[in-house]
Amino acid sequence: MHSLFDPSSPQARAVAGLWWWMLAVGGTVWLIVIVAMLWAAITRRQRRLSSDLVRLDDTAHVRTERVVTIASGITVAILIAFLAYDFTVGHALAQHPLRALTIDVTGHQWWWQVLYEDPDPSRQLVTANEIHVPVGVPIQFKLRAADVIHSFWAPSLNGKKDLIPGYTTTLWFQADTAGRYRGQCAEFCGLQHAKMAFYIVAEPKPKFAAWLAAASQAPASPSDPHLVYGQRVFLSAGCATCHTIAGTQARATVGPDLTHLGSRETLAAGTLANTRENLLRWIVDPGLWKPGVHMPAVPLSPPQQEALADYLESMK
Amino acid sequence: MTAPPPHDHTGLPADMTLTDDAVAREAAQLDSIWRDGRGFWGWLTTVDHKSIGKRYIITAFLMFIAGGIEAAMMRTQLARPENTLLGPDRYNQIFTTHGTTMMFLFAVPIMTAMGLYFVPLMIGARNVAFPRLNAFGYWTYFVGVVFLYVSLFANTGPDAGWFSYVPLAGPQYSPGHRVDVWAQLVTYTEIAALCAAVNIIVTTFKMRAPGMSLNRIPLFVWAQLVVSFMIVFAMPAVATGSTLMLAADRAVNTQWFNPAEGGDALLWQHIFWFFGHPEVYIIFLPALGFVTPIVETFSRRPVFGYTALVMANITTAFFAFGLWVHHMFATPVPELGQSLFTAASMLIAIPTGVQIFCWIATLWLGRPELRTAMLFVLGFIFTFVNGGITGVMLASVAFDKQAHDTFFVVAHLHYVLLGGGVMPLFGAFYFWFPKIVGRMLDETIGKIHFWLFLIGVNLTFFPMHILGLEGMPRRVYTYLAATGWGPLNLVATAGAYIIALSVIAFLYNVLKSWRGGAPAGPNPWNSSGLEWAIPSPPPSYTFLHVPVVHSRHPLWEPAVDMPVVTGLRTDRREVLLTTAFDARPDSRHHAPGPSIWPLYLALCMGVMWIGSIFSPYFVLIATGLSAIGLVGWALQSTSTPGTERVATGDAVVELA
Repeated sequence: MHSLFDPSSPQARAVAGLWWWMLAVGGTVWLIVIVAMLWAAITRRQRRLSSDLVRLDDTAHVRTERVVTIASGITVAILIAFLAYDFTVGHALAQHPLRALTIDVTGHQWWWQVLYEDPDPSRQLVTANEIHVPVGVPIQFKLRAADVIHSFWAPSLNGKKDLIPGYTTTLWFQADTAGRYRGQCAEFCGLQHAKMAFYIVAEPKPKFAAWLAAASQAPASPSDPHLVYGQRVFLSAGCATCHTIAGTQARATVGPDLTHLGSRETLAAGTLANTRENLLRWIVDPGLWKPGVHMPAVPLSPPQQEALADYLESMK
Repeated sequence: MTAPPPHDHTGLPADMTLTDDAVAREAAQLDSIWRDGRGFWGWLTTVDHKSIGKRYIITAFLMFIAGGIEAAMMRTQLARPENTLLGPDRYNQIFTTHGTTMMFLFAVPIMTAMGLYFVPLMIGARNVAFPRLNAFGYWTYFVGVVFLYVSLFANTGPDAGWFSYVPLAGPQYSPGHRVDVWAQLVTYTEIAALCAAVNIIVTTFKMRAPGMSLNRIPLFVWAQLVVSFMIVFAMPAVATGSTLMLAADRAVNTQWFNPAEGGDALLWQHIFWFFGHPEVYIIFLPALGFVTPIVETFSRRPVFGYTALVMANITTAFFAFGLWVHHMFATPVPELGQSLFTAASMLIAIPTGVQIFCWIATLWLGRPELRTAMLFVLGFIFTFVNGGITGVMLASVAFDKQAHDTFFVVAHLHYVLLGGGVMPLFGAFYFWFPKIVGRMLDETIGKIHFWLFLIGVNLTFFPMHILGLEGMPRRVYTYLAATGWGPLNLVATAGAYIIALSVIAFLYNVLKSWRGGAPAGPNPWNSSGLEWAIPSPPPSYTFLHVPVVHSRHPLWEPAVDMPVVTGLRTDRREVLLTTAFDARPDSRHHAPGPSIWPLYLALCMGVMWIGSIFSPYFVLIATGLSAIGLVGWALQSTSTPGTERVATGDAVVELA
């Protein structure tokens, strides 16, 4: 769900209401203007070019003056109504909640870093591209950009807000119903702007609490030798220079946090289904799916690739 | 009112006492003074506004075709999800070049070019006020055109979007020379637009035919005048932003836009849109200027609400400078401040609405005849009103945060620019082509062109409204099948091909009619403006005798004995200057003749801008080269006497 036509929050619903009202009024205005134009062009049409000018008839002129004045007056009245309605909606959206779950989102070329704020820094949770939120709770987003300008936009939940280097911007919404809501970067940000999506996963409060608890735990160290091999590949082949996996020595933050990658439904910033096959192909050559992506193709032997993929998928 | 009496090709009333023989002698002498030099050299050195205007229009229209080909490539790529025809690197260059071409090399130049060609004709002048500056402006623009397209084919086409947001367009995230090309190109076109603007302002204020007081200026000329003032205020903002700030950030490590060094990324957006929003009206207002004479002529009556239309022009221009933040509603501009820009954006709908009402009222009061030019005006209202209404919607901050940077905005801006700019422009081509070329465009092909264009535009851009609201951001080189955006994109692509067909029909019409069209005669439409009083195509000296104007519609409401100005010298390029408000004869002025220096200086500018991409020292080299040109230009200018005052009076003045 990623559409203004499927609002799932009070915020998106208010905007959708405004839109349908504007469409009805604007559509009517358009229709009246076009009918008036075509009516004049067709009923008063003259088929042969004449050099005779139309005589100016004073009464017709005065009558037309009155019509044009009234039409202009109606235009002004409609615009004032527009303005009043817009300010009402804008005012409601501008009221930020006093208590909310705060999530920091940082835009990178071309993925989203997600951090769940907590007064205790050791309990802050970092993840990427999939944002779990509880239903019925106001969510406050703090938005920053790591490189260029991005724009955070999940149309079913609220309008967009730009992430601008040097600024922290905010946006909030409150999801009404559980579901997966697609979002996408809306400000052109370079080669892979088209493939910089994310998902908001809205869940009932208990389910969200369970997810949060599970996600905050470091995954258990693998015991299966195949997976142990995969972990070793991860730590030694260069993956760890950019990525983090909690509970290991991999602590870099250049690329997305991969802890619990296996529990995510998508790869490559919300653009690929998270299957073993897709993950394997992504690891072998990320530039095949996302030309220009900053992640390099690391030369690995096929057994290394398979072990690595299995290890990453094993972290649910 | 009855039909106007027939005029002869000189603009002289039929009962003038001069004999045919004397007229012919005078015409021959004027032609020998005013015509361009011979051959290629003459072509390079011309300062005639008609020669320059014509090549300006043709060059800009070629840019429309180039931008259109880029659009067709983009639409082909987006026809189906996950298409691999164009990769992101190529796609980004193409969409950036499309936007840059259409905004900077097509839309603004062609509108000012129409003004440079027609304003002197419509106000009874023999040339623009600064003919050599006019030539310099064209050549500067031409160097910019060549520069952009050579760069594109050298795989150095700009790729950060036509508004080049920093830091993406900054040195860190766009290394290489692609964005340099953009930043310098923008400067070229700003300089060219400024040359045209000061020319049109001074020409309009000082060179109108006696009697053409401010309240008798044709609306076409009003629109050009108002827009020229807008250019004077808007262009320096972006020239400063692109050259002094962005190019300097990239070339010599200034840090205007780098937050890490105390710069501000948002500053660029303010500077750019302070120009960028007026830019839309710089394109749109001249197009409205085309509409009025077409509506008048084919409704067979003067336009309804002349004063309201002039006032609407001026208020639109004024408000246009107070809207720029509506491009930035998703940025951290304070909410209370945003609401001011919402109100201003809605306010501008009022003068625009008034203009539409006035034209429809003219249709009601007249007897409309649906020639191709008129059809394009109806198509303009049909399409543009749609774009105007979505524009009012986008003024709402709450709604804009959904629609901003999506295909909804792409739809809106193309409805406004194709509907409000290109439709009237095509109408203007059908209307004035006979004046420029002397032959009529074919009406049947014209109607095919119109219907294909109207259907194509609506088929291409209407679905984009829905795509945008369904979440499709703009400037994506592809999209996933799972998004469900495929079918509507396919419809849009089909529409784009229909637009291409319509433009091919138009080109065929032009090529066919240029040689084989029916001869037009001076006034094929029985229209009212001064430009229709002279032969088609106009002679080199334009007006044999400068006419004296007594009304807003000189050819519809001629005076009993339509006087002309006599006594201007015929042995050198002499033009009559009149007072700014009442257009009383003020002085006569010796207008400059052909010169190579404008071209030379434009090339020096080219060396400076293109060279400075590679090394700042080119600025010094080009400054030295320019100094030679400036000295040459100045010496050539001072070798001719300037302006002489003449006796003025209330009535027409016989110049001694």
